[in-house]
Amino acid sequence: MDSKIPLCEPNRVWNPEFECLPEEATRALQLKRLVNTVSRLIENVPFYRNRLKNASVTPDSIRSLDDLRRIPFTTKDDLREHYPYGLLATPMEKVVRIHASSGTTGKPTVVPYSRKDLDTWSELVARLLMAGGVTEKDIVQIAFGYGLFTGGFGLHYGAEKLGAAVIPISSGNSERQIQIMKDFGATALVCTPSYALHLGEILREMGVESKDLSLRFGLFGGEPWTENMRVQIQKSLGILATDNYGLSEVMGPGVAGECLEQNGLHIFEDHFITEIIHPETCEPVPFGVEGELVITTITKEAMPVLRYRTRDITRLMPEPCPCGRTFPRMVKVMGRTDDMLIIRGVNVYPSQVEEALLEVEGIEPHYQIILRKRGALDEMEVRVELEEALFTDQMKEMHFFERKVVSHLQKRLNLTPKIVFVEPKSIERTAGKSKRVFDYRNENGSGK
Amino acid sequence: MKLRQISVFVENRTGRVAEVATLLRDGNINIRAVTLADTHDFGIVRLIVNNVDEALKILRDNKFTALDTEVVALEIPDAPGSLCRVLDLLGKENVNVEYLYGFVERSGEKAILIFRFEDADHAVKVIQANGLRILSGEELYKL
Repeated sequence: MDSKIPLCEPNRVWNPEFECLPEEATRALQLKRLVNTVSRLIENVPFYRNRLKNASVTPDSIRSLDDLRRIPFTTKDDLREHYPYGLLATPMEKVVRIHASSGTTGKPTVVPYSRKDLDTWSELVARLLMAGGVTEKDIVQIAFGYGLFTGGFGLHYGAEKLGAAVIPISSGNSERQIQIMKDFGATALVCTPSYALHLGEILREMGVESKDLSLRFGLFGGEPWTENMRVQIQKSLGILATDNYGLSEVMGPGVAGECLEQNGLHIFEDHFITEIIHPETCEPVPFGVEGELVITTITKEAMPVLRYRTRDITRLMPEPCPCGRTFPRMVKVMGRTDDMLIIRGVNVYPSQVEEALLEVEGIEPHYQIILRKRGALDEMEVRVELEEALFTDQMKEMHFFERKVVSHLQKRLNLTPKIVFVEPKSIERTAGKSKRVFDYRNENGSGK
Repeated sequence: MKLRQISVFVENRTGRVAEVATLLRDGNINIRAVTLADTHDFGIVRLIVNNVDEALKILRDNKFTALDTEVVALEIPDAPGSLCRVLDLLGKENVNVEYLYGFVERSGEKAILIFRFEDADHAVKVIQANGLRILSGEELYKL
């Protein structure tokens, strides 16, 4: 650990009564809440009533958590088909907030919340904030977008519930972010990891040093990121960075959060049941093996989901965590099943490319993957920004470095990419989720 | 004895070199010599200008990756065989050339070669020992 990182209070737990619950008690609670959710859905939502009837699932027939596997999966398409309110399990008068997914992969999906849902959400976000080091003494700068996206409001109410002071700055205007951060003495930053990296660069450009800030913790989520990115963010902002996970379809941020061990995200199992399945066979994978995360909400009122296929790839960690929380941990999400690229028959996640790139010294964590067809074959081009210090006016050295990057990626990915160096800062920075992959293989012509 | 050349990294996309030229024009920088080395994906523009520090500042302020490189300028007669003689001489003394470019002086009597050597100090010694004239930065920037 970087010695510049300030010492923090001993790891506090927001709600030890639940977060440190013994496993059997958690299972009993989950079963009770699952049965309750299933009966409410049968009663109130025609879609689930039919699905469960066809699968011969009744509340009485659920006797153990293994019976969960008799319930059919719910997919994003199911949510889209019932756009906007078809899966609502309460009358609209009980709904107090409506969010929606970003719609990056199609029509948005709508997520209504009851008052109780908002309370639960704030509680879970308070847990993840405290797990990431935040207490009532902190000043939390929320640089997630406020709006239909769940990030801004989700973290906002959780931080208030915790008792921290919130700066609801929302995303964008990076210079102003830094100025406010400095002037207001923000101690914790909440945003996407790619935006945190970007803020680190702006900080350097503005000539502000991380020691001029009061920042101690960063809580990042909303997109997959790598350990190398964590190292870079921690260094550039002088903070401890933790990961948190959630998705709007099941609630938003607050499904799982990393503690200061920085080694896996605790899943808040008193509110969600998680499974890991093989994305193609849909069978459960052995414990600890990577696969697609499936989530059942067991306390949601307005729009519960049963066995929702998140398309996120992760695995569970078997070891108990030294922090004292008993909830099992999942590793950082490695990618999405629909992000998976099949290049010349090799399965590749963009996050693997990123991880491999960052292992080469001098490569900046800003890159793009461009896929084209050359004849019948796939061609992968990786555009990376060249750090200024690596530029030389001698072509042979530039080529030497290029070959070094190619051979490293070759080793790690079993693919030979073409590396193209681009000018520093030329790859677009975004406040939200960044687009890394440009796949022109199904288009006529070779793309740009 | 050595002079300063600016090397600029440019991506291979339309108009990128023109942007370098425009910036230098707007900064009232006079270009004495220019050459573009290119590969499939990127290029390096090498420039000798009348005001190196100002030119570097302008380029960097505009987010270009630019370097200050030491090169050596040599004056030779503008006659057949001059380049050959210089290179033979350097070769005999094991002076390794990274790259070179040349141009003819206005008078038509002299030509100037700009060299990037692997070991510039050694190269300068060899050149001086053989009575060849090295142009100083001031002389070249004013040409």
